[in-house]
Amino acid sequence: MQLSLDEVRRIAVLARLQLSPDEERVFQGQLSSILDYVDELSELDVSGVEPMTHALAVEELPGLRDDRVRPSLPPEAALANAPERQGTCFKVPRIIE
Amino acid sequence: MSSSVRELLDVPLVELSEALEKKRISSAEVTAAALDRIERTDGSLGAFLKVTPERALAQAAAADQRAARGERLGRLDGVPIAIKDIFVTKGIETTAGSRILAGFVPPYDATVVERLDGAGAVMLGKLNMDEFAMGSSNENSAFRMCHNPWDLARTPGGSSGGSAAAVAARQVFGALGTDTGGSIREPASFCGVVGIKPTYGRVSRYGVIAFASSLDQVGPLARTVGDAAALLQAIAGRDERDMTSSARPVDDYGASLEAGTRGLTIGVPREWLEAGIEAGVASRMREALAAYERMGARIVEVSLPHTRYGIAAYYIIAPAEASSNLARYDGVRYGLRQRGCPGLAEMYGETRREGFGAEPKRRIMLGTYALSAGYYDAYYLRAQKVRTLLRRDFDRAFEHCDVLAGPVSPTVAFRLGEKVSDPLTMYLADVFTVTCNLAALPGLSVPCGLDPDGMPVGLQLIGRPFDEGTLFRVARALEREQGPLPGPGGIAP
Amino acid sequence: MSVSDFEVVIGLEVHAQLLTRSKVFCGCSTEFGGEPNAHTCPVCLAMPGALPSLNQRVVEFAIRAGLALGCTVRRKSVFARKNYFYPDLPKGYQISQYELPICEGGSVPIRGGEKAIRLNRVHVEEDAGKNLHEVSADKSSGVDLNRAGVPLLEIVSEPDLRGVDEAIEYLKSLRAILMYLGVNDGNLEEGSFRCDANVSVRRRGEEKLGQRSEIKNMNSFRFLRQAIEYEVDRQVEVVESGGKVKQETRLFDPDRGVTRAMRSKEEAHDYRYFPEPDLPPLVVDDGFVEQLRRSVPELPAARASRYQKVLGLSAFDAQVLTAERAVADFFDAALAAHGGGAEAAKKVANWVTGELARLANETGTSPQDWKVTPPKLAAIVKLVEAGTVGGPGAKQLVEEVFRHGGEPSEVLVTKGLAQVSDEGAVELAVEKVLSANPGEVEKYRNGKKNLLGFFVGRIMKEMKGKGNPLVVNALLKKKLGD
Repeated sequence: MQLSLDEVRRIAVLARLQLSPDEERVFQGQLSSILDYVDELSELDVSGVEPMTHALAVEELPGLRDDRVRPSLPPEAALANAPERQGTCFKVPRIIE
Repeated sequence: MSSSVRELLDVPLVELSEALEKKRISSAEVTAAALDRIERTDGSLGAFLKVTPERALAQAAAADQRAARGERLGRLDGVPIAIKDIFVTKGIETTAGSRILAGFVPPYDATVVERLDGAGAVMLGKLNMDEFAMGSSNENSAFRMCHNPWDLARTPGGSSGGSAAAVAARQVFGALGTDTGGSIREPASFCGVVGIKPTYGRVSRYGVIAFASSLDQVGPLARTVGDAAALLQAIAGRDERDMTSSARPVDDYGASLEAGTRGLTIGVPREWLEAGIEAGVASRMREALAAYERMGARIVEVSLPHTRYGIAAYYIIAPAEASSNLARYDGVRYGLRQRGCPGLAEMYGETRREGFGAEPKRRIMLGTYALSAGYYDAYYLRAQKVRTLLRRDFDRAFEHCDVLAGPVSPTVAFRLGEKVSDPLTMYLADVFTVTCNLAALPGLSVPCGLDPDGMPVGLQLIGRPFDEGTLFRVARALEREQGPLPGPGGIAP
Repeated sequence: MSVSDFEVVIGLEVHAQLLTRSKVFCGCSTEFGGEPNAHTCPVCLAMPGALPSLNQRVVEFAIRAGLALGCTVRRKSVFARKNYFYPDLPKGYQISQYELPICEGGSVPIRGGEKAIRLNRVHVEEDAGKNLHEVSADKSSGVDLNRAGVPLLEIVSEPDLRGVDEAIEYLKSLRAILMYLGVNDGNLEEGSFRCDANVSVRRRGEEKLGQRSEIKNMNSFRFLRQAIEYEVDRQVEVVESGGKVKQETRLFDPDRGVTRAMRSKEEAHDYRYFPEPDLPPLVVDDGFVEQLRRSVPELPAARASRYQKVLGLSAFDAQVLTAERAVADFFDAALAAHGGGAEAAKKVANWVTGELARLANETGTSPQDWKVTPPKLAAIVKLVEAGTVGGPGAKQLVEEVFRHGGEPSEVLVTKGLAQVSDEGAVELAVEKVLSANPGEVEKYRNGKKNLLGFFVGRIMKEMKGKGNPLVVNALLKKKLGD
């Protein structure tokens, strides 16, 4: 499965990864060879097979959480790692809708 | 440093625990000794990203006070351990080995950290790892290299490289790591220690920085099987904050530990023997199987027909889930934020470009592709179906045996820098470990000797769901039979 | 060609905030307002290592809503991640439901039950936080995650609505049902009941649906009407001038009364849905569903119908009484306390829609706070029926009890509101008035019969409104020689 540079760029945008032209080329090669490899899964007949999206059997699961309010973090703790803040808000570059 | 104390660093965790219980030694003494050892050896070894001596000594002092009052909390009380920097620790920087989290100080503890704290364990610091647990050699750590204590020119394995190295180098008596596609078992085998990846859901993932949510599991690395069992006992069990944790009661892992292997059947997958394995590894494995036969176990050949598709399934599912799990690293609420960006889109793009290393970027790209419109069915959905086929393989195999045995890795620890250029080559070495994660089964690595170059070889045992007890039992039998490995030669004691 | 040559087809997507105490995936409070980021925790802040934990009550509310709407409740439903980047979405994905939602099908009645608008699905998802604009001099934006993780029920209709009137009716009907169930507070302005509209047009008689656009940001029924009407005009103009309507998302601008295309890139629409690995499939058993089915109250449409068909109330009365569940419950209880059928129902209804409604509006209270409880209202009605108190007296009695409480029979006495039916007392008043107005008596006897009202008025005044009208009338006529 050979990826085009356009596809690489499209994926990078979806993933919000700014790539340099060098990185784009390197990833194009690496991803193409990995995708070539994983393409071997298409050899298998998976008709009628359920996907294993969740590993545990239903009986073994912990129950649901009861609707009780539990203490939140104080705003100072919530903001303690904020790269930029304004009051108790996380500050970000202007959002244009 | 008195020689008796130095020797004390060399004993198994359970022996130390007994010494603490009998007050032959204090936690303060052994903690100080461990910290001293770290200070003298970690410059070359690189197992730790952060050492927390003051906190550790305070914990040790508290443990000693409890011991004085006859109120020891249990086997782990006062025992020096350390944990992979993938577990959030309240008030202590946690990075997951990545620059994008440099300086991040979590306001909460992971559940397993709370449990170890509650058991009185003394935490010496946060251990080195491949960035976001992506890697098999610890070479993807954004901060520093980690080396194999047996040969500093070689990798300790990954992604829990620091955990395995610290245990093998006698810096700590036990460590916690995580395993998504082999990240506990492979470094354990490379460093000659015991490591177990429990059944998916056996241990809480709350507070474990996520790589691949349906595959990640927490497990202990330790010097002996008994030590690993003691650590798992302390952390296993249902957590209401993790809805994927199992409500099934936790077994007493010590109960059948010494029961031996008489009457048990060990299955060896034919497909594993057919794969390319280094001669040294193959010999040690054969010897281990022969030892089991002598001990009264039956060895049978079984088949896991879909083994060769495991890597492909893994390298679709894990990156796909990772691409979503790593989306939160965007510079908004914590971690790195690239400054001076004119707008939001630039901030996201530049922050993630600066903050992530090549491996996370590669996997995020791969995963994003596998989930994107038009490709979901062919990649992610198909891989999840193949997962079911793999699980069925194991279920059928377990109709004929109690545990499966085989190699952990096709090779022993390789040289640092040997494999970094080609990611796919690195991925292919995971062939024996990934299927266990995909099938949500428990897997363990126990040392089974050294190769001709003196590098450790690990034997892998895979068990039925929630049958960690049998894995410990079978591993313990081999450990008893062959005796302990000589200590690693790479680090001066 | 004009707008009337076109048919308007509308599908509506409602996001209703569920009235649980804690968020859907963590224990933070859902309380409205508060300092930014005062109701957050590692989970809803999307800190590394945090995991979602599903709120039981959210599941209960979702199933009850689905049952009330006639949906099929899936015994196994799955949560899914909807992946996109935005500052108010801390995880970089929203946990929602995609291929296997908790409820499917169902319908909402409009036009008094004449038409049923089909539903496509009802599912659970989490709300995003809030982006605040221009929080500082450099025009940066701010992010408040108090709302992040608040539970939402998404209700998607089929494009069965024809025109904006039906759309408004649909919303009112759906909202009333959700409020009846106590799962949502129906507040459009505060954003706990939100609606997006999918609007398309087609020439009358055409079967194929036109290209639709999605309209967002309409937070009142008035704005909704304005937005849809504008959009219809816009689309008709596009079609008539030979153009093609673009499938896009448009924001309603309440200041200018127009819809504008949103500035979002195409890539934003690849959500890369996949089943949420951190949450196991939600499995509910028949017993649980049946238990919830039994807890669904008589819904507005059914209740209004019963009031008309069984109790003989007018459509108007039925509508007013069933507009709020608490009022309808009050009415039912008062009627039950009184006993009796259609006749009593009319009387009780009058009190509820009349005096009690007036007092409630004035004091801003709801039936659960009223000091006039259902049994007390029933007692007052009985006092009137017994003639113990007259019309005006009863009004005063209701107001008195409403404001200050007390037992009606006691308040009646302490406030002297009892009707005077004693013939002796009435006769005294009648004679007093007649002797004070001899001229009018003369005129009456000479044929000016409409002076009766004048005499009744004066007598009532004399008796401070407490004269029993029947007794007064009878005695008056007798004295006047009729």
